[in-house]
Amino acid sequence: MAIKILTEHSHIPGIETFDVYRKNGGYTALEKAIKTMSPEEVVEEAKKSGVRGRGGAGFPMGMKWGFLAKPEGVPRYLVCNADESEPGTFKDHYLMKTIPHLLIEGMIISSYALGANKSFIYVRGELMYVIQILEKAIAEATANGLLGNNILGSGYDLELVVQPGGGAYICGEETALLESLEGKRGNPRNKPPFPAVKGLYQSPTVVNNVESIANMAWIINHGGEAYASVGIGRSTGTKLISASGHIKKPGVYEIELGLSVEEFMNSDEYCGGIRDGHHLKALVAGGSSVPIIPAHLVYKTANGEDRLMSYESLSDGGFATGTMLGSGGFIVFDETACIVRNTWNFSRFYHHESCGQCSPCREGTGWMEKVLHRLEHGHGSMHDIDLLVDVAKKIEGNTICPLGDAAAWPVASAIRHFREEFEWHVSHPKEATLPGAVYKGAAVLA
Amino acid sequence: MTEIPTTSAFTPERLAKVKEIIARYPEGRQKSALLPVLHLAQEQWGWLSSEVMDQVAELLSIEPIEVYEVATFYTMFHLQPVGKHVIEYCRTGPCCLMGAEGVYDHLQARLGIKTGQTTPDGLFTLKEVECLAACGWGPVFQIREKYYMNLTNEKVDSILDELSK
Ligand SMILES: Cc1cc2nc3c(=O)[nH]c(=O)nc-3n(C[C@H](O)[C@H](O)[C@H](O)COP(=O)(O)O)c2cc1C
Ligand code: SF4
Repeated sequence: MAIKILTEHSHIPGIETFDVYRKNGGYTALEKAIKTMSPEEVVEEAKKSGVRGRGGAGFPMGMKWGFLAKPEGVPRYLVCNADESEPGTFKDHYLMKTIPHLLIEGMIISSYALGANKSFIYVRGELMYVIQILEKAIAEATANGLLGNNILGSGYDLELVVQPGGGAYICGEETALLESLEGKRGNPRNKPPFPAVKGLYQSPTVVNNVESIANMAWIINHGGEAYASVGIGRSTGTKLISASGHIKKPGVYEIELGLSVEEFMNSDEYCGGIRDGHHLKALVAGGSSVPIIPAHLVYKTANGEDRLMSYESLSDGGFATGTMLGSGGFIVFDETACIVRNTWNFSRFYHHESCGQCSPCREGTGWMEKVLHRLEHGHGSMHDIDLLVDVAKKIEGNTICPLGDAAAWPVASAIRHFREEFEWHVSHPKEATLPGAVYKGAAVLA
Repeated sequence: MTEIPTTSAFTPERLAKVKEIIARYPEGRQKSALLPVLHLAQEQWGWLSSEVMDQVAELLSIEPIEVYEVATFYTMFHLQPVGKHVIEYCRTGPCCLMGAEGVYDHLQARLGIKTGQTTPDGLFTLKEVECLAACGWGPVFQIREKYYMNLTNEKVDSILDELSK
């Protein structure tokens, strides 16, 4: 059996309640941390684990904690990013609704490590029912003396606040999230200063993803070294993968990093393979923001090595032939999917979600959407395809936050790998605009 | 359309809740309560009129403009009256792979309205939204806090029948 660090108990009936969670070993890590370890020792275990941020960027969590400024007399904050809005990603949603106490326990341990006495979980507003689940879990933990004043007699106090968003993808970007938490529009801040120095209310702040923080209970129980022994190389531990699209079994799966993409896609334990009678055409491995790759680069890298579910292997080949692990949003396309239509759809998303502060992003995402709309609806020209590449290049790297890059990469990669399909839309506008029409020339895996 | 005059006040229960929310934040940071309080207001009135937003500004001791600029930024807030049930339908890529476009056509046909419109009986408003973080369980829409997942034409029919009763 593959190792499960986050979901080992997720199938136990009633695991969302305090009693069942506790009976299954819940909150023992919190007891161990608070009763037997100093905050610095907890940070040390996070560092040893090598666990990397699961929100998309993959920055080592322990190292981030080490950067937190600690000026005298100034409060410090921990903010959990539960905004989960990246298309293709629904793992935090799954984890919070299924086993909410795992996040609460992780939040208490992490807050203790960072010396925070008030911590926030910022949940996208649409998940109001999940907010209710978390608030119930917090009330249970408080009633059992695991939250509030003088936790387990240690003298450590912590209050946990669940904050709803209002519907805005950009609030997943950590500084936009902090603005939103202060009751403002979600406009990302210029950096520096980084949140570790000036974050929430201008105080030192750590922002981490739900899944990152949920790992802490296991890390404390088993030790950072044990965590680091799971996975492969610098991709330590396990990862929740949100699998969607044309597979037999869409859903959320916990995998050990380093599993082969082929096994993840085809084994009955995970995706169960492509839908019956269909063939793999393309993959977006880590949420809508990462490059799309064609079928022949899914199971093997350009060098002919097995492609693995790890930060390094998925990005092997860079933008030319690789993709990224990102947030773990694994979106599978079979031969019935029109790449032009999907690219237009994603562009519309980024245009809709741009906060509008930087002109390359605000105008560029609008242009890309317009041009892609034209191509998809049979009014495009060959010149439009190059125009898209040009606009994508001009956005990349020229904006305050990475949403600009996130909007540019899917377009640039779709054209890089599926240019013929775009050209077919120009040369065969009548055929291409029939309902459900798809270019037949794209290579698929049998 | 909503029956509650937007000049009316927050209910006493919700006012108590507002106080409780404000107390969550450090002294002087009551503006942080804005999003949760706007959700509370929308729960009461169904949408956010300028009178309602002015009330919120007063409760939080901030300027009305600070409320307007936030309410207009976030897509969950309705700035026009809406029907009794607002159907927020995911239109993003992964849901489309799961067949969302066809089901959406059916939903529009069945209600006889398009995106952004409300049925003449005031029962349903249709709104397209971006990814709801339920991609593997698509097609999906939500009505208030409830998610309706793995939608098919038949499922849509039975949900609408149920809500029309
Ligand atoms: C446009 C945009 C959207 C983002 N959305 C999310 C999100 O929904 N959840 C998340 O955890 N991180 C998101 N991030 C990444 C955060 O900025 C930040 O890196 C992350 O929350 C840090 O936590 P981690 O190190 O534990 O991953 C987003 C970044 C960008 C640029
Ligand atoms: S890149 Fe786009 S989303 Fe990010 S700050 Fe600039 S305009 Fe806003």
